[in-house]
Amino acid sequence: MKREEKSLRKEYGKTLAELGRVNKNIVVLDADLSCSTQTKIFADEFPDRFFNVGIAEQDLMTTAAGLACTGKIPFVSTFAVFAAGRAWEQIRNTICYSDLNVKICATHAGITVGEDGASHQALEDISLMRSIPNMLVIVPADAKETREAVKFAAEYSGAVYIRIPRTNLPVIFDDNYSFDYLNAVKIKEGSDVSLITNGETLIEVIDAAEELHKKGINAEIIHVPVVKPIDLNTIVNSAKKTNRVITVENHSVIGGLGSAVCEILSENCPVKVSRIGINDTFGQSGNAKQLLSFYGLTADRLTDKIIGLLQ
Amino acid sequence: MTAQLSEAELIEIKAVSKKLRREILMMIHNAKSGHPGGSLSAVDILNVLFTKCMECCPNGNKDSDYKNRDRFVLSKGHASATLYAVLAHCGYFDENELMTFRKLGSRLQGHPSKKMLNCIEVSTGSLGQGLSIACGMALGLRLDKIDSKIYVYMGDGEIEEGSVWEAVMNASSRKLNNIIAFIDRNKLQIDGSTEDIKSLGNVKVKFEAFDWNAVEIDGHDEQQIFDAIQTAKQSDRPFVIIANTIKGKGVSFMENQAGWHGKAPNDEELQKALEELK
Repeated sequence: MKREEKSLRKEYGKTLAELGRVNKNIVVLDADLSCSTQTKIFADEFPDRFFNVGIAEQDLMTTAAGLACTGKIPFVSTFAVFAAGRAWEQIRNTICYSDLNVKICATHAGITVGEDGASHQALEDISLMRSIPNMLVIVPADAKETREAVKFAAEYSGAVYIRIPRTNLPVIFDDNYSFDYLNAVKIKEGSDVSLITNGETLIEVIDAAEELHKKGINAEIIHVPVVKPIDLNTIVNSAKKTNRVITVENHSVIGGLGSAVCEILSENCPVKVSRIGINDTFGQSGNAKQLLSFYGLTADRLTDKIIGLLQ
Repeated sequence: MTAQLSEAELIEIKAVSKKLRREILMMIHNAKSGHPGGSLSAVDILNVLFTKCMECCPNGNKDSDYKNRDRFVLSKGHASATLYAVLAHCGYFDENELMTFRKLGSRLQGHPSKKMLNCIEVSTGSLGQGLSIACGMALGLRLDKIDSKIYVYMGDGEIEEGSVWEAVMNASSRKLNNIIAFIDRNKLQIDGSTEDIKSLGNVKVKFEAFDWNAVEIDGHDEQQIFDAIQTAKQSDRPFVIIANTIKGKGVSFMENQAGWHGKAPNDEELQKALEELK
């Protein structure tokens, strides 16, 4: 059966426009990628509140900071590799140090950027963003969750980083899903192993868990949309129950969700943790699905890997 | 033709500048660290700006409800001692607090911190970011139809940062005529002469090429500073005041010495400097 898929980016742009209709303080900035990031949807409706600063990501972030100083709520978009990479120091020293109300919605994160290759595949952005004080980091897994995360960011007072992939993703959450930034989401109960994931890999982990079930492995799935502040209790309680944890993410195994989970478990429940992600290497060109498979992040590759790890 | 500062005003401004210079040196001496050279070159401009030109908050505090205030961004955040001394002089906080500068727990951080000190508009210290922040403020105020100015104070070495020129283009392409920038052209940076390290050449021409209005002045001449700001307020586009200054101005042995960029005077040097600033 073919699943319904939706674009997270388009959902982001649509949600922004909706928010813009009710909150005049919302402004949007982009750096010449508004068609790709989908901020164009907002720009078309509210040209006076949209600022395209051109190919200048440092200027993008600090201009947003200045707008926040005057009480505006800036949403800033560009590709994740430029947002979190090139403009990192602007985010640290101007946005976060001044505790400004800037929302960074970075698209084209992870290996699934695809054909553009390694230069455009941000595999370090979660690591870079979560190490900055006053920054909140969200990695939604489908369009509905993206929508809820963007709405939450508009209400929350402070800096927020939302990581949005290029790819369309299957619908996971229904209309009743309510996003709570303090709580991780238990997708499936299980007793043999805790599979902890977020973003694009959640759907792959759900499918892998079904295959594992057929082979007699009862996996628990914890979805962690908010990497910072991380929901310690849900993760620790799951680890206490299963005594074995595997993290899965479309990000480097250094500094991302896997690292965050290791940090809290080593202090609170030191069970064995295996991290599945991009193993300290750059990506390459290819289509998104091929790349996901090549780097071992599709359901079938995950199933084999997890069986191996549990032996 | 702009208004002339009266003889009495000039005498008063000069006296305040001397007092500010003494305080700056005592703060840096007391902290045993800081940036005397670039702080002293900025004194006359910040003094004239804050005491004669800016619409500040009536009660001395940065009341966030007072939206019509002019904004000030110290992009060269290492001249923080000058900003603190001026703010204290204008009544934003008690002058006694100046001696906590750079000490543990002080609101007067080494580089200005918005979270620590409410009257600071935005934290600065990492060079090359102030003008972009000002662009954002300018856009925000324009959306709210607030007709106040944003003053940005940059160092000349600072404009070696490429991000400054991103902001220069942003400001002119949006005709942000509510931005008034200063370049503290003391021609020295930490490692030596700006012209030896990364020649800045004719800064005025460079800004004009980016569709800014620009004037070049003596940054220690109070009347020229005042006139330039009055002219800038009438500009139809972003305006830059290139102020030729002397690093370490006012202290003979610090003037034009790159070595005094980031070094505190010892007891003897402080006494000698204070003698000169009597």
